[in-house]
Amino acid sequence: MRLPLPLSLEIAAARAAGSVSRLAGRGGGTTLPGKLLWKLDPSAIDRLARRLPQGAVLVSATNGKTTTTAMAAEILRPRVAVAHNSSGANLVSGVASTLIARPGADLALLEVDEGALPEVVRRVRPKALLLGNLFRDQLDRYGELELVAGRWRAAVAGVPDALLVVNGDDPQVGDLGRDRASAVVFGLDDPRHARPALQHAADSKYCLRCGTPYRYAAAYVGHLGDYRCPACGLARPPLDVAARDIELHGLDGASFTLHAPEGAARVEIGLPGLYNVYNAVGAGALAIALGVPIGDVAGGLGRVSAAFGRFERITVGDRRLLMLLIKNPAGANEAVRTLVDAGGPRVAVVALNDEIADGRDVSWIWDVDFEPLLEGLETLVATGSRAAELALRFGYGGLDRGRIEVVPDLDVALDRGLELTPAGGELTVLPTYTAMLALRRIVAARGHVANYWETAA
Amino acid sequence: MTVIRVGHLYPDYLNIYADRGNIAVLAERARVRGHELDVRPIGMGMDVPAETIDLFYVGGGQDRDQALVVPDLAAKSDALHEAAAGGAVVLAVCGGYQLLGRSYRDVAGVELPGIGLLPLHTVAGARRMIGDVLLDCPWAGETLAGFENHAGRTLLDEGAEPLGRVISGFGNDGASGHEGCRAGRVYGTYLHGPLLPRNPWFADRLLTEALAHAGLYTELAELPDELERAAHAVSADRARRRGGRI
Ligand SMILES: [Zn+2]
Repeated sequence: MRLPLPLSLEIAAARAAGSVSRLAGRGGGTTLPGKLLWKLDPSAIDRLARRLPQGAVLVSATNGKTTTTAMAAEILRPRVAVAHNSSGANLVSGVASTLIARPGADLALLEVDEGALPEVVRRVRPKALLLGNLFRDQLDRYGELELVAGRWRAAVAGVPDALLVVNGDDPQVGDLGRDRASAVVFGLDDPRHARPALQHAADSKYCLRCGTPYRYAAAYVGHLGDYRCPACGLARPPLDVAARDIELHGLDGASFTLHAPEGAARVEIGLPGLYNVYNAVGAGALAIALGVPIGDVAGGLGRVSAAFGRFERITVGDRRLLMLLIKNPAGANEAVRTLVDAGGPRVAVVALNDEIADGRDVSWIWDVDFEPLLEGLETLVATGSRAAELALRFGYGGLDRGRIEVVPDLDVALDRGLELTPAGGELTVLPTYTAMLALRRIVAARGHVANYWETAA
Repeated sequence: MTVIRVGHLYPDYLNIYADRGNIAVLAERARVRGHELDVRPIGMGMDVPAETIDLFYVGGGQDRDQALVVPDLAAKSDALHEAAAGGAVVLAVCGGYQLLGRSYRDVAGVELPGIGLLPLHTVAGARRMIGDVLLDCPWAGETLAGFENHAGRTLLDEGAEPLGRVISGFGNDGASGHEGCRAGRVYGTYLHGPLLPRNPWFADRLLTEALAHAGLYTELAELPDELERAAHAVSADRARRRGGRI
């Protein structure tokens, strides 16, 4: 049997490895210390979490967890020293790295990958859990939605004392709070912003209890909305915290009134789209549940700028890049909807990679409703390792093939997009995860933006 | 111009792997040849207009969705057998493929009945078979490139014809070296991807057979297909480099 090293020694070794990795220029080293610690002694993470005076709060969702966590961090930061995995390292090793990097923190606020959530919950034993949504995502990696939902259910049952903050607009997620009196349920309550119909390939369309298709009084984002089963009556639970009187301001942001049992406050966020309203209401509900006054919640949400790569404007010479991450049908649909609401791009660079972090199965691009982008799109630059596949998606989707340029090389594609963008204009870029990282490295190498591990922490 | 009538079975339930990509490819490749695809959803409780459909499409769903359609599909079984016997084309992908077999035994050992349009049955396995796939289809002198993701192991009856031989990937059961099944104009496969955008020869074969059922015996004009070939090449390369091993 191997004797465990004292925690402090393990951490010192792991930290040193992180700086070496950064010095060697190997991708920031954001998870290397955690990976090493994980190898040395997996239970060290449990002990690190137990040292936090105010415990740990976990945030998970298919879409929006990085932004939601950043929002919650912004609200909580003036009140408490927060350890936050802001660089998006959200597997068990990333959680460990964050705990190592911030030894003086009082509270850990951790974004957690939906697949890693059960293990992180078991080890960290959070005092609160914010669960945002479940959409189909990378079926090759996560498996079917039902499986993920079942694992979440078991994980939640294992921490009966944890405070649950759940999105009631998501049938699967909202149901996790049904049997827990203390659960805080949040959602949207403004049917003016509902979509006329469920999107193509919406998930969770059928009643959890009896299998009948839900009827929606309002569907907001994918299958999120105000639903009811016409057969057995299972319906969206009553909302404790809700966004009402929502106004969307194109690409510039959104505002809404946050209603909670404690009162109401008008919130302005600098992030666009209904999906960011969901993120803000979720973060707000969590903060209120942790005791933050609603006025401070609104103030904190107002200070948030985009989480990296999710929605980012980068100046490149006399042009700008508008980068919106796409990673699954529901998220990409919202990116498309936001762009179209703001007028729609004339030129777009869309980048599809198929590494593990992107999903090796690229079939999901056919479930995205890209069609609203086509009107007004003069040139599509398809790039990334699966550029041809993406070009087929747009071609068979109705975009004239004469308007599609296939440029697999990301930096060549970026230059081509910039060339097609007039001086002073903005180029829309929609990359998958690893393509986003690569594009950021390319513009960073040209001196236009900081590497994320320099801005993170 | 000939109208090709397509019956899309359970589009609300079985659509997990971008099945509309396959339909879009059929529609566009028919259109540029001067024909028209008329796609009708055939959902729960709806009759199958057996004699008026030239091509049936069945996609894949999550386990729960698949289980939801089983009783309804049983009620459509006779009409689908009649249509297939009359020369209608059937393409079934993933879950739809399993449902066309005689039965599916789930992890708990419960036997779900299929409609027996293809000579095979499926047994749930412990390990999911996930990854890029490349098939050789000697009967057509072509290859098919796609992506598979299934826990079910499909076993063909003695003498049944597979859709292709596995060059890279798992295929029906990860052991036989076979993928998919074909019987006359009925085709079943685990390959999504979606299948047809990067395998245009197969799309054209389905169209040619559907046109024949509609009364038009014709050879379709060649298309340039540069993007299709490029996408096929990348996908085939992925399968060779990282497809599952048999
Ligand atoms: Zn019901």
